[in-house]
Amino acid sequence: MHRENRMAYWRANLRLVFICLLIWFVCSYGFGVLLVEPMNQIRIGGFQLGFWFAQQGSIYIFVALIFFYAWRMNQIDREFDVHED
Amino acid sequence: MSLQALTYLVVGLSFALYIGIAIWSRAHDTRDFYIAGKGVSPIANGMATAADWMSAASFISMAGLIAFLGYDGSVYLMGWTGGYVLLALLLAPYLRKFGKFTVPEFIAERYYSRTARIVAVICLIFISFTYVAGQMRGVGIVFSRFLEVEVTVGLVIGMGIVFVYAVLGGMKGITYTQVAQYCVLIFAYTVPAVFIAIQITGNPIPQLAFGSEIAGSGTALLDKLDDIVMSLGFNQYTSGTKSRIDVFCITLALMVGTAGLPHVIVRFFTVPKVRDARVSAGYALFFIAILYTTAPAVGSMARYNLINTIQPGDVGAVDGNLAYADRPGWFQTWQQTGLVSFEDKNGDGRIQYYNDANADFAAQAAEYGWQGNELGVDRDIMVLANPEIAGLPNWVIALVAAGGIAAALSTAAGLLLVISAAVSHDLIKGIIVPGISDRGELLAGRIAAAFAIMIAGYLGFDPPGWVAQVVAFAFGLAAASLFPVILLGIFFKRVNKQGAIAGMLTGLLFTYGYIEFFKGLFLKWAGSPWGDNVAANWLFGISPEGIGVIGMCLNFIVAITVSHLTAPPPEHIQHMVEQIRVPRHVEQAHL
Repeated sequence: MHRENRMAYWRANLRLVFICLLIWFVCSYGFGVLLVEPMNQIRIGGFQLGFWFAQQGSIYIFVALIFFYAWRMNQIDREFDVHED
Repeated sequence: MSLQALTYLVVGLSFALYIGIAIWSRAHDTRDFYIAGKGVSPIANGMATAADWMSAASFISMAGLIAFLGYDGSVYLMGWTGGYVLLALLLAPYLRKFGKFTVPEFIAERYYSRTARIVAVICLIFISFTYVAGQMRGVGIVFSRFLEVEVTVGLVIGMGIVFVYAVLGGMKGITYTQVAQYCVLIFAYTVPAVFIAIQITGNPIPQLAFGSEIAGSGTALLDKLDDIVMSLGFNQYTSGTKSRIDVFCITLALMVGTAGLPHVIVRFFTVPKVRDARVSAGYALFFIAILYTTAPAVGSMARYNLINTIQPGDVGAVDGNLAYADRPGWFQTWQQTGLVSFEDKNGDGRIQYYNDANADFAAQAAEYGWQGNELGVDRDIMVLANPEIAGLPNWVIALVAAGGIAAALSTAAGLLLVISAAVSHDLIKGIIVPGISDRGELLAGRIAAAFAIMIAGYLGFDPPGWVAQVVAFAFGLAAASLFPVILLGIFFKRVNKQGAIAGMLTGLLFTYGYIEFFKGLFLKWAGSPWGDNVAANWLFGISPEGIGVIGMCLNFIVAITVSHLTAPPPEHIQHMVEQIRVPRHVEQAHL
């Protein structure tokens, strides 16, 4: 396992982390806090969308994000041949 | 069977289960005791983490808190879940690869410094004791309300149970007990929620009922709730009163604080592989999310139920309010505990519940002939009395008692374990007696756990005034001291000992100073709090609950600046960082 390979692996990891954290931020702090009023103009069923993101949606997205990260990271581990056993 | 007998039976059975598991999963060596022999499957670890994380406060108080805060309650929902994303992406896999026993141990090795280890141990012990005091109190309260024994007796029984499985089983015993406790608590939480959802909206899934129409009315639950709370002078349910920046900072402080809490981080040391650590955080959050997405639904429905009960007719109509003589059974039951109270201020024999602190609504209220809010409701009954309000059978009520105790015990046990590990592994083996044998260390760990339980019991029995105040501080501290140095330790090779210590101390002192200034933690005799705790005085409009975010930023800035002004860390430390960044072991020659 060479140094360049490890550097490339680390960059791929950081890129994935950055994308995931961007989604994490937009869904909770964006839709649920900073943009809550414009989002509240949109209604889904009995929910105002901003309120829904703050009390429900952001949590679902957090769960999905972690599973996505774990799945994608396992793939990257294999691509760069750094996976365990 | 009477409710009391049934409650004894259900709680007793759950205790027998926990002790049975503890005996089956005894710890044989320090690996078992600290990290369950690294043999826990990711799903079991996820459940155990969820039980560890969800405290008596999550189980008993959170839905009620949200019921009265409305939108502002979102800070807790997002804040106490979003931290797991940070954990899974930024900390857990790397700390698992590092492969040692405790959080201060990582800080000590990465920053090649005993001083850093001691600072970390002090932060850890402080955070954990703050937390555990609240849990023991929770155990006592559940016992006294449901089993009608003294709070002290409840506490002693709770301490005894935790003693058996924490001291005997260590992390291994705790983990498998927590799996059982998770099942008990989540079942106890969702069953009443489902019944109430059906009663109000006809939809059995609370998360969907939350956004459904009230059965037979054609109006959505949240719209109806907005209408009725505003007609009584309360703030609109779906919008908040806190400033935008404050909501932002409190949420972020709670998230980062969650990711920096030692008893949460250490859970990811117990799984066999790096990839298990990643996915295990996902399972943990999934199991937590079941309760955390149900809680706001329960909160809104409980608030609606409460107001509807008190105000069955039109607001302001002479017969619009419930007559005191007609109050329902649960009202009388909970009146005896003092959690519900009534004072007939205008002497009309009816109960008025409205916001008498709202100056704009005062004239309106006077016109109705109301002379002040007459109903006192403790937010905790929103969960505790839910089954009775919904008219559910006694076994559900008994289950809620067992669930509340499970939530409190599981969190207390997890906290006690990190305290004992910090004492036996970081202080005794790491600093005082480095040559101690494995058996000696295991014994030291057990003795430390036993002492920690006694102190926790004492704090729960007679909580000093600062306990409630310091919960915000515990999160702020974790966010401002531990989280940044762990993160920098993994992602920035250049950060060295000097930077880490300077950063931790800056974050710690700034956060402590700010909270002391506005809330007064320990320096009461010196006249603190020194500033009025109002928005106009806050730095950038950030309340003491959210100030950990600024402490964290300062920690990052100071750590990076100081590191660049001093010598880089030695080569073997840089190699160690390279090593923890990849899941597979890298040969020395390739580093």
